[in-house]
Amino acid sequence: MEQLFPILILCLPLLGFLVLGLLGPKMSHKLAGWTGVINMGITMVLAYTVALTFFLGESTITEPIFNYKWLEFYDKLVISIGFLLDPISALLLIVITTISFFVHLYSIGYMHGEKGFQRYYAFLQLFTFSMLGLVVATNIFQMYIFWELVGASSYLLIGFYYTRPSAVSASKKAFIVTRFADLGFLLGILILSYFTGTFNFTDLNNGNLVATQFGGATFMGCSLLTWALVLVFMGGMGKSAMLPLHIWLPDAMEGPTPVSALIHAATMVVAGVYLVARLFPLYLMEEAALMIITVVGAITALYAAIVACTQVDIKRVLAFSTISQIAFMMVSLGVARPEHHEALGYMASMFHLFTHALFKALLFLGAGALIHAVHSNDYTAMGGLRKYMPITHITFLIGCLAIAGIPPFSGFFSKDEILAACYANSPFWGVWMSVVAGLTAFYMFRLYYRIFWWNEPDYGHHKPHESGWVMTLPLILLAAASCVVGFIPFGEYVHFMPEPYHIHIDPVVAVSSVLIAVIAIALATVMYRKENSLPDKFAKASCGLWKAAYNRFYWDELYMFITHKIIFNGVCRPIAWFDRHIIDGTMDGLAWVAQRLSITIRPLQSGSVQAYVYVYLIGALLLGTITAVCIL
Amino acid sequence: MFSNPLIYFVVIPVIMLLGLYLSRNMAQIRTVAVTGSLALLGLSVWLLVDYLGLRAAGASDVMLYRGDWEWFSALNIKLSVGVDGISIAMILLSAIILLTGSIASWKINPLPKEFFLWLILLSIGVFGFFISIDLFTMFMFYEVALIPMYLLIGIWGTGRKEYSAMKLTLMLMGGSAFLMLSLIGIYYNAGIESWNLLEIAEKGNISENWQLFLFPMAFVGFGVLGAMFPFHTWSPDGHACAPTAVSMLHAGVLMKLGGYGCFRVAIYLMPFAANELAWIFLILTGISVVYGAFSACVQTDLKYINAYSSVSHCGLVLFAILMLNTTAMTGAIMQMLSHGLMTALFFALIGMIYGRTHTRDIREMGGLMKIMPFLAVCYVIAGMASLGLPGLSGFVAEMTIFVGSFQETATLNRVFTIIACCSIVITAVYILRVVGKLLLGPVQDKHHLELTDATWWERTSTITLIICVAAIGCFPNFFAKLISETFTVEIFKVLGM
Repeated sequence: MEQLFPILILCLPLLGFLVLGLLGPKMSHKLAGWTGVINMGITMVLAYTVALTFFLGESTITEPIFNYKWLEFYDKLVISIGFLLDPISALLLIVITTISFFVHLYSIGYMHGEKGFQRYYAFLQLFTFSMLGLVVATNIFQMYIFWELVGASSYLLIGFYYTRPSAVSASKKAFIVTRFADLGFLLGILILSYFTGTFNFTDLNNGNLVATQFGGATFMGCSLLTWALVLVFMGGMGKSAMLPLHIWLPDAMEGPTPVSALIHAATMVVAGVYLVARLFPLYLMEEAALMIITVVGAITALYAAIVACTQVDIKRVLAFSTISQIAFMMVSLGVARPEHHEALGYMASMFHLFTHALFKALLFLGAGALIHAVHSNDYTAMGGLRKYMPITHITFLIGCLAIAGIPPFSGFFSKDEILAACYANSPFWGVWMSVVAGLTAFYMFRLYYRIFWWNEPDYGHHKPHESGWVMTLPLILLAAASCVVGFIPFGEYVHFMPEPYHIHIDPVVAVSSVLIAVIAIALATVMYRKENSLPDKFAKASCGLWKAAYNRFYWDELYMFITHKIIFNGVCRPIAWFDRHIIDGTMDGLAWVAQRLSITIRPLQSGSVQAYVYVYLIGALLLGTITAVCIL
Repeated sequence: MFSNPLIYFVVIPVIMLLGLYLSRNMAQIRTVAVTGSLALLGLSVWLLVDYLGLRAAGASDVMLYRGDWEWFSALNIKLSVGVDGISIAMILLSAIILLTGSIASWKINPLPKEFFLWLILLSIGVFGFFISIDLFTMFMFYEVALIPMYLLIGIWGTGRKEYSAMKLTLMLMGGSAFLMLSLIGIYYNAGIESWNLLEIAEKGNISENWQLFLFPMAFVGFGVLGAMFPFHTWSPDGHACAPTAVSMLHAGVLMKLGGYGCFRVAIYLMPFAANELAWIFLILTGISVVYGAFSACVQTDLKYINAYSSVSHCGLVLFAILMLNTTAMTGAIMQMLSHGLMTALFFALIGMIYGRTHTRDIREMGGLMKIMPFLAVCYVIAGMASLGLPGLSGFVAEMTIFVGSFQETATLNRVFTIIACCSIVITAVYILRVVGKLLLGPVQDKHHLELTDATWWERTSTITLIICVAAIGCFPNFFAKLISETFTVEIFKVLGM
């Protein structure tokens, strides 16, 4: 019984994928959709049972519930497929199944009548299966396996509208960029497993032992353990869209909006954070690796927040906001130290992961409802929508307040803990992240005002209207959750040190961050509440910063240059040319030489008897002479 | 003689030849080809089960089902047979691909009878090669497998078929010349007047200098067939011009003869030289891996893309063999299995797509997912297997190779392992490029809209291959054990590692 639920949690979505994938084309849309929803509902109930039993029970076992050998290399180096239940995996079980269930339900309305509806549900199930497998991994290689599967299902879902060239190239980009990051992850795993002889998290997280096994081996002046950890983190950077591997996430918005909510906001993109948290005891051994995480996270957070202030596509604003928020979690892990408030950053990061998943899914699903209503992704096609879509309006506002960090909404609590952790590490990071938090409030309310206030464009005959209950119900429930989950005594359940952490609000940090957020919101109100020329003036006054930010600081152009000009034209083409002309040319040349040679000596075999006799006589004469000379 | 089950791997094809000779129409030809290949597949499955049973019961010989029959006693040439886990894996692979290849040639035109005749003759060579352990008979079967290729490509091929057939045959023959020299060298220098692999490995003693001389010849000789850089250029042209079933068999099975031979002859018999000279071939095969992948990125002909992809994947096979440790070598054999199945799948699908659109240029096609969803989905699955998606065979093979290779601490090995790892990214680039251009996006050519999806025999063939690819990918430990246990009883005793 203890093993049955965990096995079912993994098997049900996989079964759902197989059934919907193989039999889907024969099913009606309704049947396929509701099969998916019900299957996910059951999975969610099971996951809640398992996770809540774990949290509320006294048991603190961190042994895997089950662990099947999947592929043995040698000795202890075995890839197993197992189920590890500990605070963070239990937390992620709840997050993933909840959001996935809501997205399944919501999609019934959003994807209504789309071609490939069954395929869509099959892929959603596949994604959920992979993501669940990833978080319950008992060893780093299992994580890598599901990591790849998650990437593939993300590829399939981004490219769902496969007849659109933009969706095809976006999905390709997402897969290749994350693949490149995974190369780092793989090399990191290889180094770690070479020295430790194991993939198991339980063994790897025994930091001191691992450090002894590495025995101070260095490469290019850095310890190899740092190299390994940074390479593993590179995998995390790819999935979590950290600079400079962030370029795929904004494009990934080509996928259907519920997919963006599930994969590119709430679950898959936090895999990188989860990976670092999973190996956190090991990361604590290497200060340099944590420093890199902090710096990468902090730069990404600021960068994404600035870019988010300028985008017009509402999904892109949300995408950059996601990048920025995930960077918050990364920074939080990077600054966490056991000596500062018992590694508060670790708890704060997981807390923010939890709250962010809820309110960001809410915002994305809200955006989906808006796009569904006005058939455009640009906010220029929106405005004044509060009158037409009251439920979406209120829930979206709650999402915005939560992400801006206004109490009592959930984002306030988690962000406050993150800022406290940053200040505890160094005031520099504290101030830096507070500024980013201010920007967050600004761009979210800019978006909010542009969509729901500003000036109403001409909507024509079809006035926008609220969607059906399958779409509004998830919005309402997620909004309700965003209002209350901040009050969960999170530190009691998820904590790095053996003892529970008692959350307390640091008044200075809390007051200052709320103040910054309120000022930012006020600024956004002045600029965007009604149609006016302030934003344009502001853009002009910013000496190109606005334009650069609007163009995402030209990262895409840079990547285009590297991949097309340098790799494609500078490496692939010359190699292909070299192969056809030099290598193959040599072979053809050899054949040519042989042929020439045979043509040259062919006249000797002329077929003319006189010539043969002539040659014969000369030969005989020569031989005779030689013999005669020798004898004499 | 006929009490040894292995002999039937040659006898059944011979009976098939007889049946073909007697058959009068297409239906009879198909019946003979499919029944025969089914019998071969059944026999190989039985062999696998029986072999595992014998091993479980404690059979500890290096090779099981041994049999020796005098053939040409003046030179001690015998027909000696015997198999271990590796040969069984290869035999199984060959049987699967022969079956699916025969089904894929359901509508072969013209001269169906002659086509199957050569195809089956080729399979005699392949099976004979995998069951024999006498170097001379092994070589003979090797040649039997190569020659029909010339006619199969030259007559039933497309494009510049005469040129490609000639080039392929000449290059492979060039390889066999080296190989022959090396085999004769082994025979005369082992000190025991025997062609038998096991006897040479056990009792023979090839002096170190001779090993250093003979090893490169044997490795290059087989390496040509394994598409080792810079002797790989027969592969793109040959594959591009060959008919579907021949491409399948060639990339799926024949190229494996190269890898198998490199391991079974070159490394197994001359471990000293293998250890000394591995670095040269590590560099060459390491180059193959990335070079093939980079070249595949710019090709526009579907078959060229897969041929270069084969250069890259088969390079990885030889690369892993040269690491000389159990894990990497197990990975190499798994990669052979995996590559054999998925390339066969690729070439089958390309043949089916080409049969409909009459072009293989990816610039002239697009949006096929909409037109022929079944074939397109299968192509995506093959692509995912090729780029190493977990759950399909490519991933487990590559990971075993990488983990095994990384255990070797020499700087050169490390550097080239890391370079080889980079191929996972480049593979993703060219696979997704093809998938994006060929299958997704808008339909390029309006005439393609009238095309139909796969027929039942095409479905049978592709589904069989997909099931095999997924079986290795989902239950890798079964295959890994089958192979790695062989290594523990066999080679490392000889290598002294």
